Amino acid sequence: MPLRPNVSERSAETSPSQKVASSWPEIHDYGIIGDCRSAALVSGSGSIDWLCWPRFDAPSIFAALLDRERGGRWSISPAGPANVKRQYIPDSNILETHFFSSSGSAILTDMMPGAANAFYRNDFLPDHEIIRKVICDSGELEFDIDFSPVADYGRTKVQIREFGKLGLRFTVGRGAYWLRSSAPLLITDKGAHARVVLRRGESLRFSFSYSEEAPAVLRPLDLSLDARIDHSVAAWQQWGRRASYDGAYRNEVVRSALALKLLTYAPSGAIIAAPTTSLPERIGGDLNWDYRYCWLRDASFTIRALLELGYWDEAEDFLDWMLQATRLTQPKLRILYSLYGDKAPVERELAYLSGYCESRPVRIGNAARDQLQLDVYGEVVDAAAQFAVHGGKLDREMQKALIGFGNYVVRNWDQPDEGIWEPRSGRENHTHSRLLCWTAMDRLVRLGERGMLRGAPIERYRQESNLIRRQIEERAWNEQIQSYVSVLDGQELDASLLLLSWYGFAEAGSPRMRSTYQAIRQQLASANGLLFRYRKEKIEGTFALCSCWEAEYLALGGGSLAEAHDRFADLIKYKNDLGLYGEEIDPTTGAALGNFPQAFTHVGLIGAALSISQREKGEQQLAHRPPAATQQATSQVRS
Amino acid sequence: MNWPSWLLSGFLATLALSTLLATTQGLGLTRMNLPYLIGTFVTTQREKARFYGFLIHLLNGWIFSILYVLVFEARHMANWWFGALIGLAQALFVLTVGMSLMPGIHPRMASEQHGPNANRQLEPPGFMALHYGIQTPVSIFIAHAVFGAMLGSLYQLAK
Repeated sequence: MPLRPNVSERSAETSPSQKVASSWPEIHDYGIIGDCRSAALVSGSGSIDWLCWPRFDAPSIFAALLDRERGGRWSISPAGPANVKRQYIPDSNILETHFFSSSGSAILTDMMPGAANAFYRNDFLPDHEIIRKVICDSGELEFDIDFSPVADYGRTKVQIREFGKLGLRFTVGRGAYWLRSSAPLLITDKGAHARVVLRRGESLRFSFSYSEEAPAVLRPLDLSLDARIDHSVAAWQQWGRRASYDGAYRNEVVRSALALKLLTYAPSGAIIAAPTTSLPERIGGDLNWDYRYCWLRDASFTIRALLELGYWDEAEDFLDWMLQATRLTQPKLRILYSLYGDKAPVERELAYLSGYCESRPVRIGNAARDQLQLDVYGEVVDAAAQFAVHGGKLDREMQKALIGFGNYVVRNWDQPDEGIWEPRSGRENHTHSRLLCWTAMDRLVRLGERGMLRGAPIERYRQESNLIRRQIEERAWNEQIQSYVSVLDGQELDASLLLLSWYGFAEAGSPRMRSTYQAIRQQLASANGLLFRYRKEKIEGTFALCSCWEAEYLALGGGSLAEAHDRFADLIKYKNDLGLYGEEIDPTTGAALGNFPQAFTHVGLIGAALSISQREKGEQQLAHRPPAATQQATSQVRS
Repeated sequence: MNWPSWLLSGFLATLALSTLLATTQGLGLTRMNLPYLIGTFVTTQREKARFYGFLIHLLNGWIFSILYVLVFEARHMANWWFGALIGLAQALFVLTVGMSLMPGIHPRMASEQHGPNANRQLEPPGFMALHYGIQTPVSIFIAHAVFGAMLGSLYQLAK
């Protein structure tokens, strides 16, 4: 039974954050639709409160998510009180919001057609489009349609003009936006508005599109729009049902894969961390960051998840993107990249926006772009190694790049860095960074031993790997608290220590890891059983990904299978009604915190389910299987 | 009339016209994409439309340059500024008369009167093609002036 009530029941229960600003939907009230180029967030009341066109990191055209007054939105909502039930059409990213009132009920369907869909190959297609359709399925229901776009993160008012039967149009910079509606809309000073009563069987159709490279394509709002929805459903279902996973929690795994697919930028293969900026990690606080970029850190987990679910094309595209993106800086790596592999923009604050629930400042760009985080080298090398052991071919260029990363690690692994949690308080000798430097050396040695890395100084990598191992065992182990610690010679813990087993550095069932796990539970577990990532003065939510790591650690041998299931079950209580997760979970209310939905959490969830499934089948985690088992798995995957 | 000179100057001037139009479009000054608009006369496939449209536009420009050459010969004058003047006149004609006729003659263009349907879905250009961006007329005037100027000066040189 979900801890949080769904939208229809929520009116009876208010969380502290709702009391602060009752006009704000909770973060987990949102669903996502997208076309693998951009995404929109749709609230439970049918309001699109976030949209950036033409790509994830472009300025917004709807940003009520960050400022209710000036951000802009497009809502199609019942005029009176109504209960709400939402779902994605099974195994698809087509969102259905079902409104129930005393007078009748209606279904709102929201989607963004994918340009790559084979159905459209011989057809005109808008560059970017949102399709919305609302149909009354019983009685009658009055709807308010409020279309109030504001360009450039709520900064620039737009001038909407009517062009006869073509619809409403406004331009921003080089781009033209067209809204076509089957209901007549009245242009107001804020946008366009209508109030329409729908009776059983009646429907309204809308198409909102954007074009900046050529004359726009304007689609008719007749029955062909319904056919387009059906084709999109079929295309998504075809993709979703390709997931080669037959273990427990299949629904959660497939939903996570679908969410991950939505966060993929198809033209380059990049996967962004989240489609939003500045949703707070603490309501009313300043832990608000822009996540619309691609972090290399996520690479290893993402590749593994995609490969093991059978999504070879996406895994290969992401690896290609990763190696292309890093080409200009090799052998140095940046922490995060833009969608096309450029340096992420400089961080700026948008002081005129209120922020979600008054959580200021709203930031765009990300200052972590200038940080040193040595763990990314291990993550990139591990991702490539996973790809190779699954049967992927490392071409000469890729081999050279990997050797370059390895040589960089040889020269720099002993440096302090900002580490995985990206604090802005300076550099330290993080255990997690050392672990990933060890991982880089270890994977390169393994690839070299299998003849997959010509010309690599394997012996040197082996020596460095031993040196790093010794340093971790001697200085990252705290005898007094009987635990590995976050920083060499330190006292503090953080949840990334659980990854010592994931990367194969320490057996999950070893005394040191078991003892570390106990310490982590003692210090980092919240009342609801989920883990904080660390303990700091600035209170934030429990970190969803860390609970995935915990379930995975238990599945890897740190605990019993039942314990792994229990932890996983604890986590899935906190998905929203659509199966989506944010970055963090409020330990008191269970509300989602931080940017939403979060790729890393969904990747972690897939990883945990995979490890549990492998444990049930008596298989080893794929990255650490012996060569014979790996080859067998590879041939199965390939066939 | 010097046929080889027309062939050469007409071809080079059309190339320059196409390049300028593509550049202004790439710089985001306009969404006017002539190859795409022309190509969609013959196909609905976007990438093919761009390619076919480019070929047709090239051929069209080449043939159209014959009119310029006929004016040069009639006036016994061929130089860059006279060519540019004809180019500006042509641009004015294209933007006013040509664009207003487009929804009627283009088989896939929608109109304000009828809206889009299964066959007609392309955004119409509007007066002076302003629907495709307020700098579209500037882009068209400059490109055609350069087309005419090149034609005038190259035809004169090769004569």
